Amino acid sequence: MKAIKLLVLVPFIGYLGFLPWANTIEPYVLGMPFFLFWLLLWMVLSPVLIGIVYVLDPDNKK
Amino acid sequence: MNLPLIIIAFFLLLALYLGIRSSRGRDMDMEQWTVGGRGFGTFIVFFLIAGEVYTTFTLLGGSGWAYSRGAAAYYVPAYIFLAYILSYWLAPKIWTYCKEHKLISQPDFFASKYNSTALGVLAAIVGCIALVPYVVIQFRGLGIIVSQSSYGSISPGWASAIGAIVVTIYVMVSGIHGSAWTSIMKDFLIVLVVLFLGIYIPMHYFGGIRPLFDSIEAAKPELLTLSQEGFSPSWFISTVLFNAIGFYIMPTSFMVILSAKNERNLRKNAITLPIYTIMLLFIFFIGFSAITIIPGLEGADGDLALLKIAIKTFDPWVIGIIGAAGLLTALVPTSVMLMSTAAGLTQNVYKVIFPKSTDKTLLIVSKLLILCMSSIAVYFAVKGGEAMAILNIMSYSLIIQMAPSLFFSFMKKNRMTKQGVITGILAGEATVLYMTLSGTTLKQLLPDFPAWVTDINSSFLALLLNVLVMIAVSIFTHKQSMDAGGRVTVSS
Repeated sequence: MKAIKLLVLVPFIGYLGFLPWANTIEPYVLGMPFFLFWLLLWMVLSPVLIGIVYVLDPDNKK
Repeated sequence: MNLPLIIIAFFLLLALYLGIRSSRGRDMDMEQWTVGGRGFGTFIVFFLIAGEVYTTFTLLGGSGWAYSRGAAAYYVPAYIFLAYILSYWLAPKIWTYCKEHKLISQPDFFASKYNSTALGVLAAIVGCIALVPYVVIQFRGLGIIVSQSSYGSISPGWASAIGAIVVTIYVMVSGIHGSAWTSIMKDFLIVLVVLFLGIYIPMHYFGGIRPLFDSIEAAKPELLTLSQEGFSPSWFISTVLFNAIGFYIMPTSFMVILSAKNERNLRKNAITLPIYTIMLLFIFFIGFSAITIIPGLEGADGDLALLKIAIKTFDPWVIGIIGAAGLLTALVPTSVMLMSTAAGLTQNVYKVIFPKSTDKTLLIVSKLLILCMSSIAVYFAVKGGEAMAILNIMSYSLIIQMAPSLFFSFMKKNRMTKQGVITGILAGEATVLYMTLSGTTLKQLLPDFPAWVTDINSSFLALLLNVLVMIAVSIFTHKQSMDAGGRVTVSS
């Protein structure tokens, strides 16, 4: 179950790994250029992901 | 004395009152003064860690970078939210080890982990050299914000000096408790100011966020994405990784981690803090708005974008509140910087020279060091100086050289020896010094390589050399100590 903490790396790979692809103005999302939206998306997704890790992490139960 | 200055003075006195009041009813020993007796809950730790991020640099520099360099500025929230995520794994490990060994500063950690007094001394000195320029920046930023937002009724020098006196007094009296109380006030005020400005200014001048970006796309579309060379994706990715890795190696971050009551508080904050980083986007909206509303700010004047557009838009009483928020963004981080540096030097330099010092003596020495560092920082903030400017450029690169030894120390079988770690750090520091002072870049070192290679943050070269030297020396010294039949100084 310690492997659950590896999920912490997902935002690193997701945000930075696809950054060159996301480096574009169009399409606008929520009024923002796509490159800025890409940052906002991962800033919102990350707490959700870490929240899941927190719930599943056995260290927080014992 | 005009209305904005009266408002700023009110918040300054309130910060001083809260800072001093926070120590009431506490028996201040070294552990209580530096890490709050390791008793802070999730709420206080949240504000202290967040307080480390919302500095004068973030307020002025964040909007300034958006104004002058556009999308390149996104590296700031990107590395901060990734560092917070990394803290889910890293912060509890640091906290547990330091609690078990009763450690109160970052240099203590290295001295204990690698069983090396010399490494503790090195970490304390590196921390001091790297953090004092940061304090200078905070005092200088404080001076600019207060002077500008009071319409020039007080000079930046006097504003810096008065702010420094206040923060020095409450840190000496209350330690981290003063930082905690003032950080709560600061964050409520900064949230109010940043959200208000970040929403109102685009609405007022453009009618919304989308029209704001439409106007930039029409005028300067290159600011909305990263360029193919220079501030390119490879520069962005390497800079974000470099800063994210280094965030929790800072003596200030270390000290805040150690003040937590338990590991769970730190993990909870790893969930909530990335959301708080979204606030930085509103600072960018202000900087982006200034591109078409306040055109023509060149060079360092770009950092005044936020204040210039606010002064153009609002009545003096609003500017006073913005100035007060700016003042607090300088005081809170500075207080933790001064304290963490003083604690590191006291525990790892003074105590090495005078090993029989009592806890009470160490506390007095720490307070005197704060007075000394604060005075030096004010001098350089007011007078300027080439040495501080150079140190400021490389301070983050200097301190991040401690990162590899931190990460190796948490491996199940750490093969790095104290000799390897010290030699690696010195090799990394020497590389940073050489590259900064000589102005050497990767582009000069690798002229035939493509842009995606030469755009990589050149500080990675120092980090790479650090790790290679550390491994090579560790293999040699590990083998030597095994041959001699002595105790292997490998920590796990």
